[in-house]
Amino acid sequence: MSLLKKASKTWLLLELVKGLSVTGRYLFQKKITVEYPEERTPLSPRFRGLHALRRYENGEERCIACKLCEAVCPAMAITIESEERDDGSRRTTRYDIDLSKCIFCGLCQEACPVDAIVETQVFEYGGEDRDCLFYDKQKLLEVGDRYEAQIARNIKADEPYR
Amino acid sequence: MDWVNILLTTIVWIVEILLIAVPVALSVAYITYAERRVIGLIQARKGCNRVGPHGLLQPLADGLKLFLKESIIPTRANKFLFVAAPVVALTPALIAFSVVPFGEMSHSILQIHDGVRTWFADVETPQVMAIAHLNVGVLYVMAISSLAIYGILLAGWASNSKYALIGAVRATCQMVSYEISMGFALVCVLMLAGTMDLSGIVHAQEGGFWHWYIIPLFPMFLVYLISGCAETNRTPFDLVEGEAELVAGYFVEYSGMWFATFSLAEYAALILISLMTSILFLGGWYAPFPFLDFIPGTVWLLAKTAFFVFVFIWFRATFPRYRYDQMMRLGWKVFLPWTLAWIAVVGIFIYTPGLQDIIGFYQPWR
Repeated sequence: MSLLKKASKTWLLLELVKGLSVTGRYLFQKKITVEYPEERTPLSPRFRGLHALRRYENGEERCIACKLCEAVCPAMAITIESEERDDGSRRTTRYDIDLSKCIFCGLCQEACPVDAIVETQVFEYGGEDRDCLFYDKQKLLEVGDRYEAQIARNIKADEPYR
Repeated sequence: MDWVNILLTTIVWIVEILLIAVPVALSVAYITYAERRVIGLIQARKGCNRVGPHGLLQPLADGLKLFLKESIIPTRANKFLFVAAPVVALTPALIAFSVVPFGEMSHSILQIHDGVRTWFADVETPQVMAIAHLNVGVLYVMAISSLAIYGILLAGWASNSKYALIGAVRATCQMVSYEISMGFALVCVLMLAGTMDLSGIVHAQEGGFWHWYIIPLFPMFLVYLISGCAETNRTPFDLVEGEAELVAGYFVEYSGMWFATFSLAEYAALILISLMTSILFLGGWYAPFPFLDFIPGTVWLLAKTAFFVFVFIWFRATFPRYRYDQMMRLGWKVFLPWTLAWIAVVGIFIYTPGLQDIIGFYQPWR
């Protein structure tokens, strides 16, 4: 009997049929493809994408030029120069992030004592040359202004776990 | 016969040839699409669906891309053979279709009798829809499809690349080995059908699926299908391409249109194998049940062929590649004795008085 079983297994290719039935079942399974530009996967509030410099509600920029982010940046992508402003506060005159160097580790965000530099959920900022990956203070503040609502929401969502 | 008749006959031939060659080329294009879609679906993906509705224009986009690519000829390659190889590979794949019967029709396209031309004249015996109605069709197909090896061998040799050469040697070895068991599987069919005429073999299977040769010759059907897989160098027997060790096999050095010609030949061979399997084992253009006869025979034949093409794609999505010595073992140590034994079995059934009645059902000519 076992011989017969073995023979039928060999000559009727039962193992192969079993394999085919597995792949055949997958043929009708729900597909996991996400068709990107139209459909998107959900992003975590902690998603580390394009950087932004934030402002306070009264329009004052948050950054106090402590240079902690510059110091902590492992890729040395951040360059900061600062000067005393007329009202006596210390502010940056230059704040550059070279995104072609940046490794998106998020340490700048962690280091910042005033939540000025943050990483947003924006990841579609590609361009056709390297220059468009060089973000100066002006561009970073613009990004911050544009996505402030989203940034505030994400920081709030992540608050309980900090 | 005056020259007008000669001209008209030639034109009818050319039209017939185009009627087969163009759909073959088109279906090759869409088999690549089907392959990508089906494998995608099996892997829980969607496959190509961006170009045109449901991605249906993808093959055209691919073809256009390949057409516009530069065809590079390696510096130290043999230029003449390098360019000739794809043509040598494609030609037998296409001309093998000339004897394949696609069905029957009750009138001939052009009949010339005593210098009188009749278009679409009714004929008493149904005409076979093939470019050449050959009474040794099986032999012709076997012979021509073996010739495809020359293209592959030439490609591997002329490329002056070790990968291409090893790929070509593998391909040759594999095709020669599996040709034998394939031939012996065919012998069983011929013993039952009593003819080498492809339309004769189909006629012998007339009337319902219980007349089909897949039933008495099921093991041979499996052997034929698996050998066909090996013959067309498809997974699990695509050691010829074996990208892990051979980059791409015999066509590594090819690019652009010449590369496309090779894949055209490969997929044409796939269609041919599927067609032959349907004709030899699944009753060709006959419906599985007699009451379904109202559907034209060609539709049935093409449906069966499409099914086998799907099965080959399914194989590709399922099975991992054989090791080379395992593949050789399967061909020589398993299939060859098994087919030989089955020939003996069928022979005994045919000539033993008591057993004759069982197998005689499948021999309507007796």
